[in-house]
Amino acid sequence: MSFIEARDLVKTYTPRGAPVVRALDGLSLSVPRGTVTALLGPNGAGKTTAVKVLTTLIAADSGTATIDGIDVATDGGDIRRMIGVSGQYAAVDENLTGFENLDMVGRLYHLGAKASRARAKELIELFDLTEAQNRPVKGFSGGMRRRIDLAGALVTDPQVLFLDEPTTGLDPRSRIGMWDIITRLVAGGTTVLLTTQYLEEADQLADDIAVIDHGKVIAQGTSDELKSSIGGQRIELTLVSEDDTSAAIEILRAVASSELEVSSDRRTIAVSVVHGPAALKAVLTGVEERNIRLHDAGMQRPSLDDVFLQLTGHAATIDDESKKAS
Amino acid sequence: MTTTTTSLRPVAARPPSFGSWFSDGWITTRRNLIKIKRVPDILVFTTLQPIMFVLLFSYVYAGSINIPGSSYTEFIMAGIFAQTVVFGSTYSGSAMAQDLKEGIIDRFRTLPMSPSAVLIGRTNGDLLINAISMVVMIGTGLIVGWRIKSSPLEAIAAIALLLLFAYAFSWVMAFIGMSVRSPEVINNVSFLVLFPLTFISNAFVPSNNRPTPLRIFAEYNPVSALVQAARELFGNVPPGTPVGDTWLQQNPIPTVLIGIVVLLVVFVPLSIWKFGRVSTR
Ligand SMILES: Nc1ncnc2c1ncn2[C@@H]1O[C@H](COP(=O)(O)OP(=O)(O)O)[C@@H](O)[C@H]1O
Ligand SMILES: [Mg+2]
Repeated sequence: MSFIEARDLVKTYTPRGAPVVRALDGLSLSVPRGTVTALLGPNGAGKTTAVKVLTTLIAADSGTATIDGIDVATDGGDIRRMIGVSGQYAAVDENLTGFENLDMVGRLYHLGAKASRARAKELIELFDLTEAQNRPVKGFSGGMRRRIDLAGALVTDPQVLFLDEPTTGLDPRSRIGMWDIITRLVAGGTTVLLTTQYLEEADQLADDIAVIDHGKVIAQGTSDELKSSIGGQRIELTLVSEDDTSAAIEILRAVASSELEVSSDRRTIAVSVVHGPAALKAVLTGVEERNIRLHDAGMQRPSLDDVFLQLTGHAATIDDESKKAS
Repeated sequence: MTTTTTSLRPVAARPPSFGSWFSDGWITTRRNLIKIKRVPDILVFTTLQPIMFVLLFSYVYAGSINIPGSSYTEFIMAGIFAQTVVFGSTYSGSAMAQDLKEGIIDRFRTLPMSPSAVLIGRTNGDLLINAISMVVMIGTGLIVGWRIKSSPLEAIAAIALLLLFAYAFSWVMAFIGMSVRSPEVINNVSFLVLFPLTFISNAFVPSNNRPTPLRIFAEYNPVSALVQAARELFGNVPPGTPVGDTWLQQNPIPTVLIGIVVLLVVFVPLSIWKFGRVSTR
C-alpha cells in the first residue's frame, strides 16, 4: 500500500435549487512516500475536494483514504499531527501579524511558547518575510499571504504536505519563488501532494502526475509515461524554399498518422507519426534523395497539453493569470 | 531547478495532553484579544453604544414614561444591561462567519488542536467585551442617578447572571454564524431576531398595558426574565413596580439559570459538532 492511498472516493454536493454535483466520482490515487505527486485538472475537476477529504476537512460519502495506513475518516487526530496543509485560499488571520500567525500555529501544535517563537522566526527568515513580520496580514500582497500560509503548513516538519494550487493568482516572479521553495522542501524528503491547473507546473515539480477530470483520476504516471501513453511523436520540417513544399508534403504523407499541418508561409510542415525514429529516418532519406534543402528537421514527443486533450477530450482550462505568467 | 536543501530543522507536533483544551482555548482567546486591540472600532462601539443608550433612555424618555412605584431610570437600567449584553454576544456569530469566509477555520481544522478551542476563544472574546460594556454602563448609570439598592453580593450576582446568559447566547450565535453562508446574514439575523426579542420584553416599558398577544410574548420572553432577574438583584423593584404574573416573571432568577443551562447543554456540543464539519468554500 502506498503512503497516501485513496480508493473510490465519492463526494456529492447538493446546492440549494441546483442539481447534485458529484465533486468526487470514484477517485482513486496512490502517492508513494518521499515523492511529489501533482493532481492536475481543470477548474471544477475536484482537486480541492480531494485535498479536503485527505486533510480531514470534509468527509467523503463513500470510499476510503489512508495516510501511512491511518484512516483519514476515523483517525483524524492522528492524521492532523502528521500533515501540513496550504489550501487554495490562504488560511491566515488578517488581524494578526505574520509572526503572530506562525507563533499561534506552533502553539496549537503544542510546541510550547519558546519553541513556537523560535520556529516562527526561522520560517519568517526562510520565507523572506522579515520586513513584513510585524505588520498585520491585512496589508500583505497575495504572494506574501501565500508564503505565510505555506510557512504555516511547515511549522512542524510534516510527513506529508498538501498544497492546493500553490501558485494560482501569483505573479510570475512569485510563482518561480514558490517553485523554488517547493523544490527545496522536496529535496528534504517530504512527501508532497500538490494540485495545479498548469501543465507546466506539474511537469516542473512533480515526479508523478495524476490527471483528474470530473472527480476521477483518469491517468497517473510520470510525465514521460503519460506522454508515451498517448503514443507517437511529431515530426516537423522547416524548408529553405517554398519550392520544395509539395515534395516535402509527399514525403511526410507517407509516414503520417494525422493530418499534415502546414504553416502559413508554407515552409514549416508538421505531422504526427507512430514509430518516431523509423519515420524520421525515412523522411530524411527522402529529403536527401530529392535534394530538398532544410533549415531544420526535428522530432518531438507530445506535450502534456496533447496528453490532456487526448485524455479528456477538452483542452486544459488556463485562466488569465497563467497566461500572463507563462 | 535549485537543489539547496531546506534549512528547516525537523520539529515534531506533540500529541495534545489533557490540559490542551484549556491552553488551546487560551491561545485562541489571545487571538481575539489582539483583534480587539487592533480593530479599535469594536471597543469604541462597545463603550459608546451603552453610554448613548443610558443617556438617551434616562433623559429622553424619562419624562414621558411613568413607572408606578419606581423612577424610569431605576426601571430602565436592567433593561439596557440585558439588551447590550445580548447584542454583545452576536460578535461570536459574525466572527465565526467571517473566519469561515476568510479561510482561517481550515487552518485550525487541520491542526491537532482541541475542536472546542476556537469556539472557547471566540465566546471568551464576547465575554470580555460584555464585561467592559457592563463596567461602562454601570458607571454611566451611577452618574445619571441610578442606584444599586441591594447588597454588593446581590449586585455581583446580577452582573454574573447577565454575563453568563450572554455567554450562553454567544454559543447559540456561534452556531448560527457557522450555519449561514455569509457574515452579512448574521447582522440581519441579529436585527430581525434580537430587536423584537429585546423590544417586545419588559426591558424598556412594563409589559402589562400592551395588547394581549404582545403581553404574552413579553412575559414568556427569556429576555424579560433576564431583565426582571437583574432588576430584582440590583434592588430596583420597589413596591408597586409592575411585574408580569407568569411563573417565569415571578421566578426570574431560577428561570434565567435554567435558561443558561439549557442553552449551554444544547449549543456547546452542537457548535463543537458543527465546527468539525465546516470548511471554507
Ligand atoms: N461546498 C460546495 N457546495 C457545492 N458545490 C461544491 C462545493 N465545493 C465544491 N463544489 C463543486 O464541486 C466541484 C469540484 O470542486 P473543486 O473540488 O473545488 O474543484 P477544483 O478544486 O478542481 O477546482 C465543482 O463543480 C464545484 O462547483
Ligand atoms: Mg480548487
